[in-house]
Amino acid sequence: MCLGIPGEVVEMHPDHRDLAKVDVSGVRRLINIGLLADDPPKPGEWVLIHVGFALSKIDEAEAAAAMQFLEGIGQAYEDEIAALRESLIE
Amino acid sequence: MRFVDEFRDADKARALAAKIAALCEPGRQYKFMEVCGGHTHTIYKHGLEDYLPEAITLVHGPGCPVCVIPMGRLDDAMHLAARPDVIMTSFGDMMRVPGSNGSFFDAKANGTDIRMVYSPLDSLKIARQNPDRKVVFMAIGFETTAPSTAMTMLRAAAEGLGNFSVFCNHITIIPAIKAILDSPDLRLDGFIGPGHVSTVIGCRPYEFIARNYRKPVVVAGFEPLDILQSIYMLMLQLSQDRSEVENQYSRVVPWNGNPVALKAIGETMELRPYFEWRGLGFISHSALKVREKYAAMDAELLFEVPGVRVADPKACQCGEVLKGVLKPWECKVFGTACTPETPIGTCMVSPEGACAAYYNYGRMHRTRVPEAARAAGSRAGGS
Repeated sequence: MCLGIPGEVVEMHPDHRDLAKVDVSGVRRLINIGLLADDPPKPGEWVLIHVGFALSKIDEAEAAAAMQFLEGIGQAYEDEIAALRESLIE
Repeated sequence: MRFVDEFRDADKARALAAKIAALCEPGRQYKFMEVCGGHTHTIYKHGLEDYLPEAITLVHGPGCPVCVIPMGRLDDAMHLAARPDVIMTSFGDMMRVPGSNGSFFDAKANGTDIRMVYSPLDSLKIARQNPDRKVVFMAIGFETTAPSTAMTMLRAAAEGLGNFSVFCNHITIIPAIKAILDSPDLRLDGFIGPGHVSTVIGCRPYEFIARNYRKPVVVAGFEPLDILQSIYMLMLQLSQDRSEVENQYSRVVPWNGNPVALKAIGETMELRPYFEWRGLGFISHSALKVREKYAAMDAELLFEVPGVRVADPKACQCGEVLKGVLKPWECKVFGTACTPETPIGTCMVSPEGACAAYYNYGRMHRTRVPEAARAAGSRAGGS
């Protein structure tokens, strides 16, 4: 729950401006980007995702570093990705 | 030394460690607290303490929100979950935390409708799908997670959803740090400031630590080199007799935090007069509750909550670990009665808890353990 996971914004939701589809390690899910309303991310940009919400924008190098940290964590990260896979955000 | 060998930036780490060592004054001991459980994880995983001079001790702080939830609050949540009209929803991290009568997982196995969610927005969807049931979200976490709960409440309000509510256990990091600073048990020389919390609150809230307590604070990232760099920055401040707030993690943390997130929290939640933290006791203005304006979404008002205070198990020394007074391995039940498989205390449950992190990594390579254990023995004897 505490982990911030990097995801790449793939596309914006056509009807809901607070939602965007992101790619996290090949898993594509909708997340809420409302907390970045002051400077919304665009497709191709990276965000740090926390319990379904983009908390901050990051660059690709930071995303790679964050991902390496997470993969090193092991089980907790796998649990987080599994939870994201089950996520129902709409 | 398995994990240390795997550390890809070991050369850079050694170079930083040498710079840190050069700043140590002969005969002086330094104690820095890393507030965030994510940092604790990195420190143990990469054996960072083995890089540091003996004069520097890292102390693990209370920054694991699962770890500091008192048992009474979990029992209250369990009481809510047991109602036949309620669907309780919770993050996975909370599912294994033992209450007086077992964990959420135990209750679920016995037929209680408790569902694990990734996001509070998932709880919202469950509420939409179950209009005849009352869906309660077990909200936990520091300022990192509170905005997500707040945004979800705003969305529920906008949709006019009448069957979604929040059992609010959100806590705030600053009063906990202040409680530790005011505690006579521990003398600290500086803080490695939390990373993700600071993306929301920014760096300004730490300024009182530098100004009033004259302790340096460096907000840090989660990579091993980030943490060593932050320790170097702390040591540099001390060597120059400075106490300031510095941001090592500026590539992610803006100095002023996230104003949208802070506004969402302020709109939906307000400070409680006091809240109990496991191990730290009652701390004034240290937690959030649902604002009266959103009373229709406040599970504590909608349902009867017993609110009974439950003492921690006698054998458990999570309190001392959370305050940084004891290292995980100094707890009486660490690794024997209390393991990640059968946790007694919260610090062993959460992957970011100091005990779980140490159990999983630290004991494999740490060389200073016998020494520390001896020190603990003499301290216990002397006090």
